Amino acid sequence: MKHQPTSRRSFLSLAALLPLAAAGISACGTSGPGGVASGASMWSVSGDPNETIRKNSVEAFGKANPDNTIKVTFFQNDAYKTKVKTAIGAGQAPTIIYGWGGGILKSYAEASQVEDLTGWFADNPDVKDRLFASSFGAATVDGKIYAIPATTVQPIIFYYNKELFAQAGVQPPKTWDDLMSLVKTFNAKGIAPLSLGGQSRWTSMMWLEYMFDRVGGPEVFNDIYAGKPEAWSNPAAIEALAKIQELVAANGFIKGFSSITADSNADQALLFTGKAAMMLHGSWTYGSMKNDGAGFVQEGKLGWVDFPAVAGGKGDAKNTVGNPSNYLSISAQATDADKESAKKFFKEGLLQEDEVSAYISNGGVPVVNGIEDKLAATDDADFLGYVYALSKNAPNFQQSWDQALSPVASEALLNNIDQLFVMSITPEQFATNMNATLGK
Amino acid sequence: MSTGQMTAPKVHREQRRTAAPEPTRGRAAPLAWLAVPALIFFVAFAVVPLAGVLVLSFTNWDGIGAITPAGVSNWLNAFADPGMYHALWLTFVVMVVSWLVQTPISLLLGVFTAGSQKYRALLAVLYFLPLLLSSAAIAIAYKALLDPNFGLAAGLNMPLLAQDWLGDPGLALGVVIFVIAWQFVPFHTLIYQGGVRQIPRSIYEAAEIDGAGKVKQFFFITVPQLKYTIITSSTLMTVGALTYFDLIFVLTGGGPGNATRILPLDMYLTGFRANLMGPASVLAVILVVIGLALALFLQRLGGKDRTGSQLEGM
Repeated sequence: MKHQPTSRRSFLSLAALLPLAAAGISACGTSGPGGVASGASMWSVSGDPNETIRKNSVEAFGKANPDNTIKVTFFQNDAYKTKVKTAIGAGQAPTIIYGWGGGILKSYAEASQVEDLTGWFADNPDVKDRLFASSFGAATVDGKIYAIPATTVQPIIFYYNKELFAQAGVQPPKTWDDLMSLVKTFNAKGIAPLSLGGQSRWTSMMWLEYMFDRVGGPEVFNDIYAGKPEAWSNPAAIEALAKIQELVAANGFIKGFSSITADSNADQALLFTGKAAMMLHGSWTYGSMKNDGAGFVQEGKLGWVDFPAVAGGKGDAKNTVGNPSNYLSISAQATDADKESAKKFFKEGLLQEDEVSAYISNGGVPVVNGIEDKLAATDDADFLGYVYALSKNAPNFQQSWDQALSPVASEALLNNIDQLFVMSITPEQFATNMNATLGK
Repeated sequence: MSTGQMTAPKVHREQRRTAAPEPTRGRAAPLAWLAVPALIFFVAFAVVPLAGVLVLSFTNWDGIGAITPAGVSNWLNAFADPGMYHALWLTFVVMVVSWLVQTPISLLLGVFTAGSQKYRALLAVLYFLPLLLSSAAIAIAYKALLDPNFGLAAGLNMPLLAQDWLGDPGLALGVVIFVIAWQFVPFHTLIYQGGVRQIPRSIYEAAEIDGAGKVKQFFFITVPQLKYTIITSSTLMTVGALTYFDLIFVLTGGGPGNATRILPLDMYLTGFRANLMGPASVLAVILVVIGLALALFLQRLGGKDRTGSQLEGM
């Protein structure tokens, strides 16, 4: 380089100006939607039928209360989880925050980002008494209620294909040993015993949730949740994990399960197309199998039973796992007027008559007491009645672990479950890895 | 025979030493203020965030609550974590294998598309199609194609294809590298095509007179003439490997197990899934350092006198 057209000095003088310019640019970013009083807002998760149901109820509420209108925006599930977290961290949260309760809600509550609703519920006992008492557990942090249960109860159901069972001349499993023998039966017939969308990881987690309960009872996870040292090394936990790996080793799950995702509903398609005989999945899949299954559900080919018991296990066969509900919280950063609108919506707009009927007609059980008659009057009375009874009568309704635990522990859990299912770690290594996350 | 062409560039080098034209001051000297807009953006969107990440790496933050100082604990934990070395190793494998796969293919395709064969334009358009697709779209498409139960293999009834491509820890990384190559080969082909078209015909004509065949022309003219193109393309490939995130995130999510959890993905999952912004910032800083070191190293390969042209005196 023979010539130096841009001298070092001129660059330095430019550099001196830059922080000012940068400050000017970044100053534009501070006055976002959070600072402007533009009415209450609500973020929710997209995907029908729930999206349309919620949109209709918010619109109906807006028409009846022109001064308290709420603007609702829907986001795709996984993207939403990241977006809402970032928005809350940046002080840009919507007035009403949709969530799953549990560990994430706890992190919001501890950072004083969501409104404490305990007092409001005490003033409005009728709102609280209408909803399933069991659904408030995941909304409660240190005895204070930070969210209102706002959708349906979603237990995890053991589904099976009645047609395939009839062809094979077998009965749905009552015990773990039944299940293991069914695995042999179906593998011999060239049908995958169990469908699983393993790449989504929380799908595999549902097996652990049930197995921990069946082998060791609810105490095993309660100890983990409480952060007791070495809680994952509980002999019951090790036994449950070993049994799951036995099932994997016996080719219990369909070939290629680690590359199947639940997002695409491919796991459900395997069940209703007769490629797999059984599937453990959320109660919400009933509605989508009814839509996509070309008459599979309508013709009575879909069966369901309680999760199999384990010989010598401590857990009650009526215990269940899943999502007690989805929740709505109010941002602590919202203006008082917006907070009032939100509370009014909780009281007069949420889970009202029309919304309850809409959820039921789409195969869901809203977390509202006294809906037995409505459930019995539908085409899906058998299934809805089963879900209602399962949720209401369960001695223990364990919230999904990835929601109950803190984000740190939950991410480590999903990662280790993935490794457990591809057999790259042993139950003992799993326990060691997870013990490191206790209390975090 | 080939010695004739081998010496030709040397002659040009000698000529340039003596006859490099002095730049005329009014035309060639860019004014300093022309750099202001770029510099502002660079500082606002690269330097400031980078400094922020460096600061964050010495703190604990869950993205929501208060930021608390953590000293060097995040750094010590990162270097004590076998997961980090695993992720780093995978990143390295993806980088090196991607380069080994993509460079020869892109180079040959680039040379081919720069020529004047029949149907060249049509084929070139086909080759460049993947350039139009976003990484997420490519990942979703490949995921559907490779699905062991509903994918291509099931559709065509070809058991050989019916591997558990994305679910087998031994295969998944290879598939990821293949899809990356499928996505980026067209881009590098385009770079090489441009490079090849810059090479004057007269060099080839001289070589032909000297009796050099196509293969010799390729190795003794095309490749040496493309030296700087190769360096540019390699820099983009290797430094780019440090940012492969979207494709792998959608395709495998880092699984099965940890088989495709490369460092950028590890950083995202640590930061935005596990809410550990401090440790994620450590990984970010490590990535930046490796990226800078690589870019500098590759620039050095080009020699100090990069401003000179290979064609002066032609």
